[in-house]
Amino acid sequence: MLEATALACERGGIRLFSDLGFALRAGDLLRVRGANGSGKTTLLRTLAGLTRPAAGEVCWRGNAIGDEYRREMLFLGHAAAVKDELTVLENLEFASRISGLEISEAKIKNALECLGIARLADLPARYLSQGQRKRAALARLALAPAVALWLLDEPFAALDDEAITRVSALCAAHLAAGGMLVLTSHQDVPIEAPDARAIELQG
Amino acid sequence: MLRASAFIIRRELRLALRRKGDVLNVLVFFVVVASLFPLGVGPEPNHLRAMAAGVAWIAALLAAVLSLPRLFAADYADGTLEQMLVSPQPLIVVVLAKAAAHWLLTGLPLALAAPVIGLQYDLPTDALGVLLASLLIGTPVLSLLGAAGAALTLGVRGGGALLGLLVLPLFVPVLVFGAGAVTSTLIGINPGAHLSLLGAFLAVSSLIGPWAACAALRVALD
Repeated sequence: MLEATALACERGGIRLFSDLGFALRAGDLLRVRGANGSGKTTLLRTLAGLTRPAAGEVCWRGNAIGDEYRREMLFLGHAAAVKDELTVLENLEFASRISGLEISEAKIKNALECLGIARLADLPARYLSQGQRKRAALARLALAPAVALWLLDEPFAALDDEAITRVSALCAAHLAAGGMLVLTSHQDVPIEAPDARAIELQG
Repeated sequence: MLRASAFIIRRELRLALRRKGDVLNVLVFFVVVASLFPLGVGPEPNHLRAMAAGVAWIAALLAAVLSLPRLFAADYADGTLEQMLVSPQPLIVVVLAKAAAHWLLTGLPLALAAPVIGLQYDLPTDALGVLLASLLIGTPVLSLLGAAGAALTLGVRGGGALLGLLVLPLFVPVLVFGAGAVTSTLIGINPGAHLSLLGAFLAVSSLIGPWAACAALRVALD
């Protein structure tokens, strides 16, 4: 359903990778590996439609990236997109509404429970630690199980072992339900997947 | 689309409520700048009356420029803007909602404070009304064109100063017609023509500003 053909990306005039192609079907997990600066984040941002590729194209269900794709895709980048002034609950409410999901407060609390931060729901995000902030951002995964494609950039960074287990369980459930997942990670966190693949970007 | 812009505006207002300083700073800056002029040029009433509209408008432009760098900067830094771009909401709706919230938080308070400034300058009542009207029509232009400037200077070091250089020339027509409306009232000419031109400028900038801001945001986040 997600197809990348002859993809090439440049950053600041330097060619990061070229002629990269893959196709993902329901239940597929794709791990993107590579050294620092090899273009993992750029590849993910290209798949999310933020960065324009130097060559090649990304297709979703046979069409170029568009509104339909954006409704069926969840991208979590390095930045947590968590506002200091808002509570954890308000942050998640806004994040899900902007991605087009109408979600009740009870559902958000469930999602926070999933990540083990339910007791922080009404705390302004200013008081969160780095790891808690990351958990709050990742709580969107528990809110969006029906979103077909997840693009996660370093989802396990700054997380402790317990949180890593929780997130990998969410990912496994998503894949088992026929979702797709592309993730970059330096840690080799085991995720149960019907079909797992990896691409290695040469820096 | 309306719902999307409504909840973005609500969020912006809520954020502003949690950091009131940002909004108050701009308003206080406006009042202070406009109040410095009589101290500098002396208390000759005829002088003051003649320059009142120009001073109020220039102070409003400077206050707007002061507030504009924050329009996208915080959302850019914490990744919210990225999420807005990958969301199914049309980017133009996001930009329009943010510009509307910016006007509610800066343009509108400035316009409402302006008659008080006008009193300091001994403006007659009808001129005070025209000053308020000109600011109510003109300040949305500052938010709309300012959004484009803020998007263009996003992530640039020293972007605040650059933003001023970029948008202040674009604000010239607003200044000319806005201040012109009040001045013409003072000499007994109907300000309708000036206000109509101001309205026309608002219509044009509501087409150009958000569109340019969208293009600039896409480039900034590439």
